[in-house]
Amino acid sequence: MSTQKNFEEPSYLEYKGKYKGIFSWILSTDHKRIAILYLFSLLTFFATGATLGLLMKLELIAPGKTIMTAQTYNAFFTLHGIIMIFAVVIPGLPAVFGNFLLPIMIGAKDVAFPRLNLLSWYFYVTGVTLVLISQFTGQGPPDTGWTFYAPYSFRTTGNMLPAVFGAFVLGFSSILTGLNFLVTIHRMRAPGMTWLKMPLFPWTLYATGWVQLLATPIIGITLLMIIAERTLHIGFFDPTLGGDPLLYQHLFWTYSHPAVYIMILPAMGAISEIIPTFCHKTIFGYNFIVASSIAIAFVGYFIWGHHMFTSGMSGTAQYVFSLLTFIVAIPSAIKVFNWIATMHKASIDLQTPFYWAVGFLFVFMIGGFSGLILGSLATDIHLHNTHFVVAHFHFIVFGGTGFAFFGAMHYWFPKITGKMYDSRWANTGLIIFFSGFITLYGEMFFLGMKGMPRRYYDYDEIFHTGNIFSSLGAVVMYFGLAVIIINLISSLRNGAKAPSDPWGGKTLEWTIPSPPPVENFEEIPVITKGPYNYK
Amino acid sequence: MYSTTGIEASNYVSTYNTAFYFIAGVSLLLLIGLTITMLYFVFRYNKKKNPVATQIEGNTFLEITWTVIPLVLALVMFSLGWSGWKSTTKPPKDAMNITVVARMWSFLFVYENGKQSPDLIVPVNTPVKINLVSLDVIHSLFIPDFRIKSDIIPGREKFMWFLPEIEGKYKIFCAEYCGLQHSYMHSTVNVMSKDKFKSWYAESAKAVTVAGNASPADIGEAIMRAQGCFACHTPDGTKLIGPSYFNLFGSQQTIIRDGKEMTVTVDPEYIKRCILQPNTDIVKGFPSTVMQSYRSTLSDNDILKIIEYLKTLNDK
Ligand code: HEC
Ligand code: HEM
Ligand SMILES: [Cu+2]
Ligand SMILES: [Cu+2]
Repeated sequence: MSTQKNFEEPSYLEYKGKYKGIFSWILSTDHKRIAILYLFSLLTFFATGATLGLLMKLELIAPGKTIMTAQTYNAFFTLHGIIMIFAVVIPGLPAVFGNFLLPIMIGAKDVAFPRLNLLSWYFYVTGVTLVLISQFTGQGPPDTGWTFYAPYSFRTTGNMLPAVFGAFVLGFSSILTGLNFLVTIHRMRAPGMTWLKMPLFPWTLYATGWVQLLATPIIGITLLMIIAERTLHIGFFDPTLGGDPLLYQHLFWTYSHPAVYIMILPAMGAISEIIPTFCHKTIFGYNFIVASSIAIAFVGYFIWGHHMFTSGMSGTAQYVFSLLTFIVAIPSAIKVFNWIATMHKASIDLQTPFYWAVGFLFVFMIGGFSGLILGSLATDIHLHNTHFVVAHFHFIVFGGTGFAFFGAMHYWFPKITGKMYDSRWANTGLIIFFSGFITLYGEMFFLGMKGMPRRYYDYDEIFHTGNIFSSLGAVVMYFGLAVIIINLISSLRNGAKAPSDPWGGKTLEWTIPSPPPVENFEEIPVITKGPYNYK
Repeated sequence: MYSTTGIEASNYVSTYNTAFYFIAGVSLLLLIGLTITMLYFVFRYNKKKNPVATQIEGNTFLEITWTVIPLVLALVMFSLGWSGWKSTTKPPKDAMNITVVARMWSFLFVYENGKQSPDLIVPVNTPVKINLVSLDVIHSLFIPDFRIKSDIIPGREKFMWFLPEIEGKYKIFCAEYCGLQHSYMHSTVNVMSKDKFKSWYAESAKAVTVAGNASPADIGEAIMRAQGCFACHTPDGTKLIGPSYFNLFGSQQTIIRDGKEMTVTVDPEYIKRCILQPNTDIVKGFPSTVMQSYRSTLSDNDILKIIEYLKTLNDK
C-alpha cells in the first residue's frame, strides 16, 4: 500500500522555481505553497486571538478590575472576535486544507486560477494588517464588538474605519477563494470522476464556495455603507441621520449567518474524510451526506433573523425565522447519524485524527443542541446576548471548526510535511485541551442561564463561582494547545519519514508521495470507483 | 434577595421552563444516547476486536427514520417556543404604562404622573407595559428572573410587557453592548404590594426622594445620581469619558463651538446649556456625540439644584 514510487519530480518543498528563499513562497502560485502560507499566517493570528481570549478570561476570574481596564477589555473582545471570525475560522479549512488538497483530491494539477489564488492570500494579509493598524492609530482601538452594530459604531471614538475596511478586504479574499474552488471543481475533475464519485471534502468546499460567492458581497456593501456613513454622513443606519439601526442588523446577519456555514461545512467535510479512513470502511449514506451539505448551504441563507429575536421584528418574521432555524438543524443531524453509523461494524484504527473526530462529534452535538434552545422564541428571549450564546458559538465554531481543523492537521500532516508526528504527545495534548475546553465553555451555559450578559467587563457577585471555573478551564486549554502545537513543530525536525499512505486512506492524495511532487500527479488518474472503496 | 432559579417571578417563567426543559431534556437524552452508541462502536469495532470491516453503503429506511423523527421533534420544540413567546406581543389593555429612558449608561423610569425613578417600581400582580426609549445607542432591558428582555432602539417605537407575580427585588441588566460602562448599566425591579406602591406613587411627583431636611446641593446630587451623570463624570477629579466636576464651577473652560476654539467661564448659563444642548459647546479633548440632552427629564429647577451641588465641589 505504501510503496513509494520513484518520481522524477522533486517535491513541492524542494522544488527550485524562479525565486529564492522567502520569495519562493510569497510569489509562488503553487496551490500547495499557498496553502502553507495560509497555514502559517492563520496559526499566527490564531495564537494572537487565543492570547487575547486567555487575557479576557483572566480579567473575568473575579468581579471588578483584575488585570485590565474596561476600555481594554472592550477592545480585546472586539479584536478577538474580528481575528477569530474573519482571519481564522472563515478562511480556516478552505484556505489551508482546501488549497492544499482540493486539486489533489479531484485529480488536478492546480486550482483553476493559480494567480488569483495567490492574490487572495495578499488580500487576506492586507485585511488583517488593516485591522491591526486600527489598533495603534487614531483615537484608540475599535470597541464595538465584531458585529459593528449601528448606531454605536458611529458614536464611538474608537478607530473604526481601518477595521471596517480591513474586514471588507478580507471579504474579497474569501470571495476569490470561493470562486476559484467552484471553477476548479466544475472544470478540473479527473476523467471519470463524476459528481457522485467526488470525495466529501471537495463536496463541502463546493457548497461553501457558493455561500462565499453569494453572501460575502452583502457584507462588503454593508461595510462600505458604514464607511460612507461615517465619512460622508449619509444616513443609512444612524437614526440621528434618518437611518435605521435594524436595517444594519438585517444586512449584517444576512451575511454573517451564512458565514457560520462557511466555517462549519468544510469542517464537516474533513470529518467525513477522517472517519472512513480510520474505520477502513466506506462512508455510510454518501448521497445523504452530499444532499445535506447542499441543504445546509441553501436553508442557511434564510435564518439570519434568529439573531434578532429581541430587536423587534414583526411577529411573522419572528416565527418564520424560528421555524427555519429548526429545519436547518435536520441536515446537520443527518450527518451526525451517518458518521456514527459508519463506525458500526468498522475496523477502527485508533489514531490521533480519529480521536479528534470523536471529540468533534461530541462538542458539535452540544453546540447544535444548545442552538435549538436559542432557536426557540420563548427561550431565546431570556438567553439572547448572555454567556449562553458565547458558550454556544464557541462550541460550534471552536468546538466544531476548531476540532475539525486540528483533526485535519493531524490527518494530513504526514502528507503535507512528509513527516510523522509523535502520537503519544498528540493524544496527551488533545486530552488536556478537551478537558480545558469543556470546563471553560461548559460553565458559560450556566452563567448565561443565570442571566450573565455577554461583553461584560464586570459582573455581579452571583456569577463569581462560575467564572472561576471557566477561567481555570481557559488556562488548562491553553496549556493543551501549547502541547499540541509544540509536538507538531518538533515533529518537523525529528519526525520519521512519512510513507505515501500512512493511514490506509483511499482518496487520491494517498496515492502520491508525501510530500507531493510539484505537479501532484505524474499522470492524471482515471477514476472508476467511488471515493471510499475498501472492497 | 435576587433569585435566579425556580420561583415564578413573572408570567413568562412557566412558559420559558416548559420550552427549556422539553428542548434541553430531549437534547440531553439524544446527546447521551448518541455518545454512548459512538463510544460503544469505538470499543466494539476497533481494529483488535474486529480486524475486517463489513462494507455497508447505507440504508434508505434508516435515513428516512432519522430524518423524520428529528423533524417531528424539532417541530414540537418550535411550537413550544412559539406559543410561549406569542403572549409577549399582546399586552393586556389595562396594563400600567411606564416609559424607560435609556442612555449611556443608565435607565430612568418615567411614570404617567411624571414621577421618575432610576429603579423600576411596580405593584405585584399588575401587568406592566414599558415603552422603550433610547436617547443614544441600542440598549437592552433584561430582567433575568422574569425571563424577558427587549432591545431599546433609538428612533423606534417599541414596548415590552410582563406581569410580576411575586414581591421582591430583581436585577435589571443592560444586555446590548453600549460602550465603555455597558457592564455597569444595571438597575433593579422592585415589586411591591399594591398598597405600598400606591403610597409611593402618590408621593409628590419629584424625581428623587430625599430626607425632608436635605439642602438644595444634596437634592442636586441625588438628582444626578438618579439621572446617571456619574457614569461619565466624577466629583473627584478623575477623568472618565466626560470631564470631572471637580473645581469646575467658575473655572475657565476651553470649548469648541461651531468648530472654533474659545474660552468661556463656567457659570450657571453655561452649565444649563451643557445639560440641555450638550452638543453646542464641546469641551476640548472630549467626544461630541456622547452626552445627550436632558431636556425631557430635567426641569429648570432641577438644574438649579445641580448647580448648587457643583459649587460644593470646589476646594476652598
Ligand atoms: C454618556 C456620558 C455622559 C453622561 C451620562 C452625562 N454626561 Fe455630561 N458630558 C459628557 C461628555 C463626553 C462631556 C464633554 C463633551 C461636551 O462638552 O459635550 C460632557 C460635558 C458636560 C458638562 C460640561 C463640563 C465642562 O467641563 O465644561 C457638564 C456641566 C455636564 N456634562 C453635565 C452633565 C450632567 C449634569 C449630567 C447628568 C444629568 C451629565 N453631564 C451626564 C458625557 C456625559
Ligand atoms: C483560544 C481560546 C479562546 C478563548 C479563551 C476565548 C474566550 C472568549 C471570551 C472571554 C470572549 C468574550 C465573552 C464576552 O465577554 O462576551 C470571547 C468572545 C468571542 N470569541 Fe472567543 N475564545 C477563544 C477562542 C475563540 C475561537 C477559536 C473563536 C472562533 C470563532 C472565537 C470567537 C469569538 C467571538 C466571535 C467572540 C465574540 C466577540 C464579540 O462579542 O464581539 N473565540 N471569546
Ligand atoms: Cu445599554
Ligand atoms: Cu449596554
